[in-house]
Amino acid sequence: MSKTRVVHYINQFFAGIGGEDQANVGPSVVEGPKGPGLVLQKILEGSGEVVATIYCGDNYVNEFEEKARDAFVEYLRRYQPDVVLAGPAFTSGRYGLACGLVCAIARELGIPAVSAMHPENPAVELYRSRVHIAPTAATTAEMLDSMSRASTLALKLAGDQPIGPAAEEGYLSRGLRYSQVASDDVGVRTVDMLMKRLRGEDFDTEWPVPTYDRVRPAPPLEALEQSTLAIVTSGGVVPKGNRDGLQSARATRWYSYSIAGRPSLSSEDWESIHGGFDTTHANRDPNRIVPLDVLREFEARGAFARLADTMYVTTGNQSGLENAIRFGEEISDELVKTGVDGVIFVAT
Amino acid sequence: MAKEIERRGIPVALISAIAPLPIAVGANRIIGGRAIPHPVGDPALPPDEERTFRKMLVSRALDTLTTEVQDQLVLPLEGP
Repeated sequence: MSKTRVVHYINQFFAGIGGEDQANVGPSVVEGPKGPGLVLQKILEGSGEVVATIYCGDNYVNEFEEKARDAFVEYLRRYQPDVVLAGPAFTSGRYGLACGLVCAIARELGIPAVSAMHPENPAVELYRSRVHIAPTAATTAEMLDSMSRASTLALKLAGDQPIGPAAEEGYLSRGLRYSQVASDDVGVRTVDMLMKRLRGEDFDTEWPVPTYDRVRPAPPLEALEQSTLAIVTSGGVVPKGNRDGLQSARATRWYSYSIAGRPSLSSEDWESIHGGFDTTHANRDPNRIVPLDVLREFEARGAFARLADTMYVTTGNQSGLENAIRFGEEISDELVKTGVDGVIFVAT
Repeated sequence: MAKEIERRGIPVALISAIAPLPIAVGANRIIGGRAIPHPVGDPALPPDEERTFRKMLVSRALDTLTTEVQDQLVLPLEGP
């Protein structure tokens, strides 16, 4: 049997092009494995071959999705893979989205595709129904295990072998249901499950109810000109020097800073310490993340009554869901306490 | 975070350069920004035009705060 042709997708960092300063580089393709693709090639040994590696800057893919898409389509047509493997992206949101996009494009072209990322990567929600995603740990320390899981799935999909349920095959649930013939009829299974439940034993439902955590939209402000607004940002904008030591990634804290009497955020007093993008442009003019200059203008004009004296800051970079929810709750407490009516939230 | 604040009944205008993320996660009022490292800025523009651009985005954000939202309100940033 001939070897399975694999095309691998990685970002600019794993391709060795550079970090955040290179996140704007456009798409490229090279023959053979590159970066973590070398690990993949080793795992595939004998059964598959990494014929080409596609890579692109994380910002580019997300900001110029259509252009990136065109390039990816062309590369995939050129190399005709049996399967596409993207990542692993671990907890990186932009990289995860890029992996999801490449896989979704592959599927549109009729090519099986697999990605790997942490279950809390925000791209999971967006792509899980279209793409098989192998779960990974939060950091690159688990590269080998993550890649092994993804490549096992990739080889199965490429070989037209039937793929079993998520729980058995080790990918993240796609929220899809397939029919299968059960060993017992429904009555027997129901009573079995009920008995297990009554005995306090573990049991698996056959019909998990999906949970969508949707928040009902807050009612609109009735009179903007009488409203107090506050700024919240996940852009890591702090007083220069970062006296509180806000983390640049995986933040576990948020801070509040006074903007009372300030007409704008000057580059002499403020900076972004965000570790997930190149902060050069933001640090030349922090108003590019926190639009204080313009908000003051609207405030002076009476578009809204008042900007709260305090702004709330954290770093949204590989954040855990639990922390993000806690930040939101804690900041809400402050907003309610200080009589804030509405929020301008800038997410980087 | 934006969702938790809206849960308390405070409307949140979320400006983000990667709209698919907040759309997937379930934010309610989303305004497309210019770029991940500078959602409300554009270093490619001369300073006065950049400020006009920022005003436009903030003005859109303010509008969403007074808009009744049924499902999700998404205002994408039209091409560069």
